[in-house]
Amino acid sequence: MTDSRMPVLLENVSFRYDGRWILEDVSLQIEEKDFLGVVGPNGSGKSTLLKLILGLRNPQQGRVLVYGNRPGETQGWIGYVPQHLAFDRSFPVSVTDVVLMGRLGRTRGLRRYRPEDRSAAIEALRDVGIESLRERGIGTLSGGELQRVFIARALVSNPKLLILDEPTTGVDIGTEKAIYELLKELNRKMTIVLVTHELNFVSAYVKRVACLDRRLVCHPTDEVPSSLYDSLYLAPIKMVRHDHDLDA
Amino acid sequence: MEFLEAVKNYPFLQNALIMGVLSSIACGTMGAYVVVKRISFISGGIAHAVLGGMGVAYFFGFSPMAGALFAALFAAVLLGLVSLRAREREDTAIGALWATGMAIGIVFISKTPGYNVDLMSYLFGNILLVSAGDLFWTALLDVIILAAVFLFYNPFLAVCFDEENARLQGIRVEFAYLCLLCLIASTVVILVHVVGIVLVIALLTLPAAVANLFVKRLSQIMVLASVLGVAFAWFGLFLSYKPDLPAGATIILLAATSYLLCLVFLAVRSRMQPRR
Repeated sequence: MTDSRMPVLLENVSFRYDGRWILEDVSLQIEEKDFLGVVGPNGSGKSTLLKLILGLRNPQQGRVLVYGNRPGETQGWIGYVPQHLAFDRSFPVSVTDVVLMGRLGRTRGLRRYRPEDRSAAIEALRDVGIESLRERGIGTLSGGELQRVFIARALVSNPKLLILDEPTTGVDIGTEKAIYELLKELNRKMTIVLVTHELNFVSAYVKRVACLDRRLVCHPTDEVPSSLYDSLYLAPIKMVRHDHDLDA
Repeated sequence: MEFLEAVKNYPFLQNALIMGVLSSIACGTMGAYVVVKRISFISGGIAHAVLGGMGVAYFFGFSPMAGALFAALFAAVLLGLVSLRAREREDTAIGALWATGMAIGIVFISKTPGYNVDLMSYLFGNILLVSAGDLFWTALLDVIILAAVFLFYNPFLAVCFDEENARLQGIRVEFAYLCLLCLIASTVVILVHVVGIVLVIALLTLPAAVANLFVKRLSQIMVLASVLGVAFAWFGLFLSYKPDLPAGATIILLAATSYLLCLVFLAVRSRMQPRR
């Protein structure tokens, strides 16, 4: 049987919303220090898959285990980076305020932040290279900078598993590369799952790729045939890099 | 100055000025949440549902304020649950409750025998008729609001900014959000006899909206919005006194004009600045 301490285990998971199946019969295993890229077209259930792992949604069928526990009972073990484009940029908070929200689960009683929470926040900002922005309001940041803030918020609780939803949407190509380099570095210490609809870069950095279109179309252990990409995107994709050892 | 002379002589003006301060604290603090969380439409729905509670209470001989509070809290919880669990229905639910509350109020008030209630005073309020009891209840509300915000500042902020993260951090998001809405509902009830049901939403949003143009932290918005609220209330009373204008409406027009002028000022200033 499978190791119960495996970071993520999905067994025959199906999820329905508003009478429509978003995910059907998905089985997936993610191992320690894995770096899994989940690719698929818009509406393929990628974000939902992440939310099942996070315990923000419950599947109607099947079973999800995170480090052998039910999702949602793994507080502090998972760092989550949501789609930054969904955020209200005019919301009146500073960079440090946002990063500290990643430590809220560790506070008790009146939920005040302690000095060690603040130093952890500064350290996380240093790790993602934007310590100098810590007093800035989030409304003044570029898309790439805001994405780093959310990565810092995910890292501030020292997670074992990092989950990212479309981390490079809406950022320029240089920032995209820098974010993937950062993730590659983080992957030495933690397991990473990311979801994306952009294939170009991701295949050069991740260790495994899973293709999702409501069902898992290709299993992460398989080779990814280029014909599959064509069928997913309905257009030939010229640059599918699948060279895992490539040093970019 | 004629106005200052009048303030010295008439207790009703003194009460109005004190009410200006007390209500601005509640408005500025909760208004900051209304503006940054963008729930002014929900707050408007709660305000208009209040009339239904008042009308029913009148008809059956209960205190209209008790009816107002009950209706406001009921509307807050109902709309809060719809917003949390069926977001696609939120807009419709608010609109329906908004109009239904008004309709219930009008029907019951019109059928209340032998008691000709002045509907206008509910809809538009009158800060000049504030009693010592009103001041006491408003001060009590201020204490409750300030205590709640002081105690739960971080979780409230986390819930307003990012519900999913708050949930992952173990915050009881639904409970916190309903608490916020109930505090807003209580603020609305207290303010109804200051500026009335129709105008309350302006006092809740305008000072915080002006403050948000200039300061970029939630706590700073709360403080600045409260100060601006006092300024609008006092200056509005002053402006309305001599020409005998309705005080509540004058206060709101002053706040709205200030907001517009600040927007124009900021737009012009950013045009003048050289592009980087």
